[in-house]
Amino acid sequence: MVAATTDYAPHQNGGRTSGAQKVTAALCVLLLGVSIAGLAVGAADTSLWSGLFAVMQGEDLSLRDEIVLLHIRLPRLLTGLLVGAALASSGALLQGLFRNPLADPGIIGVSAGASFGAVCAIVLGGALPFANFLGAALLPIFAFAGAWGATLLLYGIATRRGRTSVATMLLAGIALSALTMAFTGVLIYMADDAQMRDFTFWNMGALSGANWNKLLIVAPVVLLALGTAQFLANGLNAMALGEDAARHMGVSVQVIKRLAILCVAAATGVSVAISGGIGFVGIVVPHVLRLVSGPDHKHLVLNSALLGACMLVSADVVARVIIAPAELPIGIITAIFGGPFFLWILLRQRGVVDL
Amino acid sequence: MTKLSPLSKLQVSMGGALLALFTIVLARGAMADSVPSRIVSVGGSVTEIVFALGQEHRLVARDTTSNFPAEARKLPDVGYVRRLSPEGLLSVAPDMILAEEGAGPPETFDVLADTGLPIVTVPMGFDLPSVQNKIRAVAKALDAVDAGEDLAAQVTTDVEEASQLAGLRDQKVLFVLSMQGGRIMAAGGNTAAQGVLTLSGAQNAIAGFDGYKLVSDEAVLTAAPDVILMMQSHRPGAVTAADVLAHPSIAATPAGRAQAVLQMDGMLLLGFSVRTGQAVSELAAGLAAAGS
Repeated sequence: MVAATTDYAPHQNGGRTSGAQKVTAALCVLLLGVSIAGLAVGAADTSLWSGLFAVMQGEDLSLRDEIVLLHIRLPRLLTGLLVGAALASSGALLQGLFRNPLADPGIIGVSAGASFGAVCAIVLGGALPFANFLGAALLPIFAFAGAWGATLLLYGIATRRGRTSVATMLLAGIALSALTMAFTGVLIYMADDAQMRDFTFWNMGALSGANWNKLLIVAPVVLLALGTAQFLANGLNAMALGEDAARHMGVSVQVIKRLAILCVAAATGVSVAISGGIGFVGIVVPHVLRLVSGPDHKHLVLNSALLGACMLVSADVVARVIIAPAELPIGIITAIFGGPFFLWILLRQRGVVDL
Repeated sequence: MTKLSPLSKLQVSMGGALLALFTIVLARGAMADSVPSRIVSVGGSVTEIVFALGQEHRLVARDTTSNFPAEARKLPDVGYVRRLSPEGLLSVAPDMILAEEGAGPPETFDVLADTGLPIVTVPMGFDLPSVQNKIRAVAKALDAVDAGEDLAAQVTTDVEEASQLAGLRDQKVLFVLSMQGGRIMAAGGNTAAQGVLTLSGAQNAIAGFDGYKLVSDEAVLTAAPDVILMMQSHRPGAVTAADVLAHPSIAATPAGRAQAVLQMDGMLLLGFSVRTGQAVSELAAGLAAAGS
């Protein structure tokens, strides 16, 4: 697990590079397709096409269609794209950084911290003096603070004399998660029935709360983090050979670690804060892409972002129509479709997955 | 990244469009105020009141908790009361949302308010005045104030008569919400269960906490309830009276020794709506039978 394997060794399979570019192109087309679906499909009978047609004719949309298309579906689509991209590329970064195929944002405390923050807001929120002022923003703010707090604490624990030990981080992360879960448990115990239901639903994730205000906060953070992540590819490739080897190759290992962890904490922190717990995207997407187009982080991080965005928007489209007018939590969809799909890929390519 | 940055540009331009749109929304906010005829009823007690007022023909959808009367279940279900989706609600083309307090999430109602859709919030509570307030709030929203007063008066009479008949009894009752894995979740203070027990003249055996909580076996023994009260469930695998009586700590209480377990329909017992009078008299009758 810890030692680098051929699967992580880059630059040896140059033949796969053009393959990865083809994958990128295909994913862009797919992304366009699911984005159109994200705008066109929903519980309401509002039609994207007649809406577009009306606008091109210079006619006004009805107020209801305007709200459905511009205030419900569009922010929801963009949130889905950003959250999916953030979760999947965070998974790719962390799997590279920890040289561990099971790494996902949970490993650096993001999930446990965000859960704790969310449950604090749900259970204790009413008692806080500033709760009314923050209103609906209280939960996302607490969830983000929890995610960041946990990650920074973990980073602090694992860093000694300017060097971060990923092994310490991995193990301390387990301890810290257990501790955070215990605090979460205390609050769940204090919670009443309705609060417990709120928390359960939050944990299953949803994009239905998406709006422009949230998007304006989330988008810059996620885009900045995703942008930065693209520059970490070479460093992560080198680190696949081991930290010492990477250092000898002239890679500033500590800088890579710090940036990768900050990127992941920022991107997934805001994502989890607005959409709740959406599992599986961070694990499945990078693995699927590694199997399809190789482990080179130069393509993997970008392709993960694209495929993650596609996956989440598709899951959201299913979530909003499958039991319309009610809605299924999206975390359920990603797991129901993602789980068997991932298993199928693993079984088909069993020989390749010797991580 | 190449794909995402156009999206961010799109988003910036959308921001501008938003401002323009907001003006339009404001301008159109004051829509013609005709009588709403496509109403979504959110919350079981609210739906019951709409039916009791004879206004059910104006309903187009309901939430998951609205399951009484049986005709309510025929309406499309827009989801769980605290987890409604804005597009799901809009898809039934409502002209009013009638929601009990605590329905949400707030983001959903924010978007709906932007459409100019009237959203009426019905206050909650676990005593007779709360039931009256609920009925009046629903009746006012439905433009049926007179019928609402009649219904409120009727329900008041029902509940008061039932309470009077029940009298004050010396019984301590433990309300068991669930018994998952043998752990008892009981009703404390500030719950519908406590409210209906008070109206029936009985005492809640467990006090000292608010809401529904897991309680320890020893707390159950110490509480020494005379009767165990539960919701009826016809689902396979649901906890039965026999299961409850087999629980070691409950078996050792006065209720366990007397085999005094009462089961009542959850919505009837805890709804605090038009049937609360009936709930009180049924509960009181059950308690009297258990006490003899």
